[in-house]
Amino acid sequence: MAVAAPTINEAAPAGRKRIKITRTLVFSILFVAFGVWLILGAINTLTPETSTLLTFGAGTPDLPVPTQIITLISGIYYAAAGVICLIMAQQRLRTILLLIGGVLLIPVIIIIAAADASTNVTTLLSVSLRLSTPIVLGAMAGIWCERSGVSNIAIEGMMLTGACNGFVVFTILSPNLATGEAQLVGVIISILSGGLMSLLLAWLSITYKTNQIVAGTVINIMAVGITSFIRREVLFSSEAGRGTLAPWPIPVLSDMPVVGEIFFSGRPIFYMMFVLVIVTHVMLYFTRWGLRTRAVGENPRAADTLGVNVIRNRWINVFIGGMIAGLAGAWFSLETTGSFDDNMTSGRGFIALAAMIFGKWTPFGAFAGGILFGFSDAMGQRFQFLGVPIPPQFLQMVPYVITIIVLAGLVGRAQAPKADGVPYDKEGK
Amino acid sequence: MDERNVHRGDQGGSASGPGSPVGIPVLEVSGLTKRFPGVLANDHISLKLHKGEVLGLLGENGAGKSTLMNMIYGLYQPDEGEIRVNGKPVTIHGPNDAISRGIGMVHQHFQLVPVLSVTDNVMLGTESMRGRIFLNRGAARKRILDIAAQYGLEVDPDALVQDLPVGVQQRVEIIKALYRRADILILDEPTAVLTPQEAEGLFGIMRTLIDRGTSIIFISHKLKEVLEICDRVQVLRLGKVVGEADPKTSTEHSLAELMVGRDVVLQVEKSPAHPKDHVLDVNSLVVTDDRGLTAVKSLNLQVRAGEILGIAGVQGNGQTELVEAITGLRKPVSGKVLIDGKDVTGKPPRDITEAGTGHVPEDRQKNGMVMSFAVRDNMVLQTYYELPFSKSILRDEKAIDANAEHLVKQYDVRTPGIYTPIGKLSGGNQQKVIVAREFSRPLRLLIAAQPTRGLDVGSIEYIHKQIIAMRDQGAAVLLVSAELDEILSLSDTVAVMYAGNIIATLPIDKADRNTVGLLMAGVVPDHAREFATPMTKEVSHG
Repeated sequence: MAVAAPTINEAAPAGRKRIKITRTLVFSILFVAFGVWLILGAINTLTPETSTLLTFGAGTPDLPVPTQIITLISGIYYAAAGVICLIMAQQRLRTILLLIGGVLLIPVIIIIAAADASTNVTTLLSVSLRLSTPIVLGAMAGIWCERSGVSNIAIEGMMLTGACNGFVVFTILSPNLATGEAQLVGVIISILSGGLMSLLLAWLSITYKTNQIVAGTVINIMAVGITSFIRREVLFSSEAGRGTLAPWPIPVLSDMPVVGEIFFSGRPIFYMMFVLVIVTHVMLYFTRWGLRTRAVGENPRAADTLGVNVIRNRWINVFIGGMIAGLAGAWFSLETTGSFDDNMTSGRGFIALAAMIFGKWTPFGAFAGGILFGFSDAMGQRFQFLGVPIPPQFLQMVPYVITIIVLAGLVGRAQAPKADGVPYDKEGK
Repeated sequence: MDERNVHRGDQGGSASGPGSPVGIPVLEVSGLTKRFPGVLANDHISLKLHKGEVLGLLGENGAGKSTLMNMIYGLYQPDEGEIRVNGKPVTIHGPNDAISRGIGMVHQHFQLVPVLSVTDNVMLGTESMRGRIFLNRGAARKRILDIAAQYGLEVDPDALVQDLPVGVQQRVEIIKALYRRADILILDEPTAVLTPQEAEGLFGIMRTLIDRGTSIIFISHKLKEVLEICDRVQVLRLGKVVGEADPKTSTEHSLAELMVGRDVVLQVEKSPAHPKDHVLDVNSLVVTDDRGLTAVKSLNLQVRAGEILGIAGVQGNGQTELVEAITGLRKPVSGKVLIDGKDVTGKPPRDITEAGTGHVPEDRQKNGMVMSFAVRDNMVLQTYYELPFSKSILRDEKAIDANAEHLVKQYDVRTPGIYTPIGKLSGGNQQKVIVAREFSRPLRLLIAAQPTRGLDVGSIEYIHKQIIAMRDQGAAVLLVSAELDEILSLSDTVAVMYAGNIIATLPIDKADRNTVGLLMAGVVPDHAREFATPMTKEVSHG
């Protein structure tokens, strides 16, 4: 029976075509919907006279933008891109279209939000970059730890401890030392306290092979308790609002229009962010230590059989990561506010982890992720200035929605280092 | 211990090169002992390796081969005994010490970092540097290409290891050892993961290495290979050296006996089958694989009670998908599967199990057990909800324990206890647990997919006997195996699967190696015409 089978040498797949719900499909439909919404919105609520004034700071001409036309054009782009993605099978084209759509979202939202008003783009970008400092630094801390195979969810706690201890030492020293010197000591203390907390993580999770999520959580909770206690005992009486780290405008470069304000008028820890991103990248991919670190994070046994000391490698990487997290802490208290409040890091350590995953555990990827989240903070503030008639909480969500789109729609599944979070047991299997 | 050296005189014959192995052995181990909690893994083991020879180290799983090699390579510390390299006693604290003494090891499970390039993998630990900080990949790359050219180990130094086939990954492992200037190479079960062609390639490389003066310890439990490549064989059993053999005068049978410690029947003894009524009927079954391609193309198949139908075929011709469709792990696209006339097409695995089906899955660790569960719990994976193992909503721990104790004894599972997680057992014993669980239920149909893959001679013999016993009790047996020897020695009827269909079905007395081999390649020889599945006739030469 059933002799009418296909010939045996048939090479082509005879599988039936079935509609699969893929990421591209979902995002294509979302794009079409969003595009249609923009077009309708542009026609119904905006008039041809509506314009958005984009300014770029002193010494540069302002740029008026016709809001309705821009909205219409971008609406058409989203609808068309969505339709093309649905019809065409070419994966490369789809990716490019979706990527452009993702990037375009940011200017479109700014222009719509500032309709009939003006907004300073340079300031927005400079604030974004400044606010991304602790996130990027925290992500670098995460990369050092996780690339060697230790999950670090305690970045938040390490930051908080760094912020508190550095500031406390600064407060104690400032009556006797020049402000700059006291601040320098404060920053060093921040770095060391972050490192000290990381040694606790290393001790628990590398030497005692405790579950790393539990160890990290313990450190986070402990940090909240200890820093609140220190604040009440030491800082309560002393007056708040001390000076912050002085800006270091870089000569000549800081005078350049737009770029000067964004990149070259920052404070020390802000610059350290760029330095550390580059250092981390070079370390990981071009040095002996980096090669060994990546091997230890992926397959510690392989590294061990070649004579690499897995345990030592992890201890040192976790310690360095902790120090970077401590530096990120100093950004909050010493560089930005000149004070210390309970729980002042408010979840940035966790956002840093998200940025690290966003960047697939690579320094530049994590840097991009950090900037995206920094931008989210900056936009949230800006929307409130502009008095957009949507509750600010919703507007603050927009960048996170962008993140979800980028993460789920474009970046795809992030692959953690294989041995991330797995304690190494030398004689075990 | 000295009588083991009686063969010393003639081992030089096959070791090529001018420096015949007289004089000081390059590696000598004496009285090496290692104890693990509850186990004496190595009991005063001694061996000598001479320059330019291949020493075979033969033993069943758990005989202590890997432990011995891990001590020589510094991964474990011996409790007693001495290691000498070129006559000098050495203490090897870790892999670094072993590497610096010229010892290299290719582990059974490759120790590679998949996401790194070949160059990075090779130089890891002994990196070429530019200055004090930066890696010098160019220099490392050049040395790798030199080594590759010198020993015929073709590999692209810039490829990521994860993109390489297994055979090439193994070459990378060998290059790793040579890069560190190893002249003593330990190969731990190097052929376990290779296809026969890849294994031949490895033997070629080994011969080149020997010609260049490298000495090799070759660990295996595959008798044929040991006979083919080794100059001398030492046999380990239960942590002890039990004998030494000369491959030129030994046979598979004599080696197997030495290894297992008793007479081993390599040829399975079985009486003629007495097939009865149809148990399994597969009609026009179409199944797709994970990528959505048709893997099984309108396949028909019948298995009768009291017979073993062996499905031969090169792996990847749809065997996996066929078995998964029959056992309910994969939904077929169309067609029917009947067990005892009852339609079970696309039913959940539990229904099919309850219809009297036993399944020894191809990937035992993935589909056959829960690695972290105790042996006792794995023994009741399909029956835990039934009497006597469960009363209302509570499990009956006593019944489960009693069942496990009984099966462990009956099936000779070597485990520290019934509460040991199954993941801690050796592969052979894990398989025995699965076999015990499946075979202890009253079965109408037994589906055994690659039942002895990766097992040692003793376990293979045991499992073969059990399969035949199931047949004699009246079960229908569907055996799927990539080992042609296994198919030919167990089956009553041989079906050859090719490109998603059964190309021919032969009674066992017509199925010789040559005919089945041709059929596996998709060619129907003239004398097998009458057994070919009708539709395949006109395309068989295409």
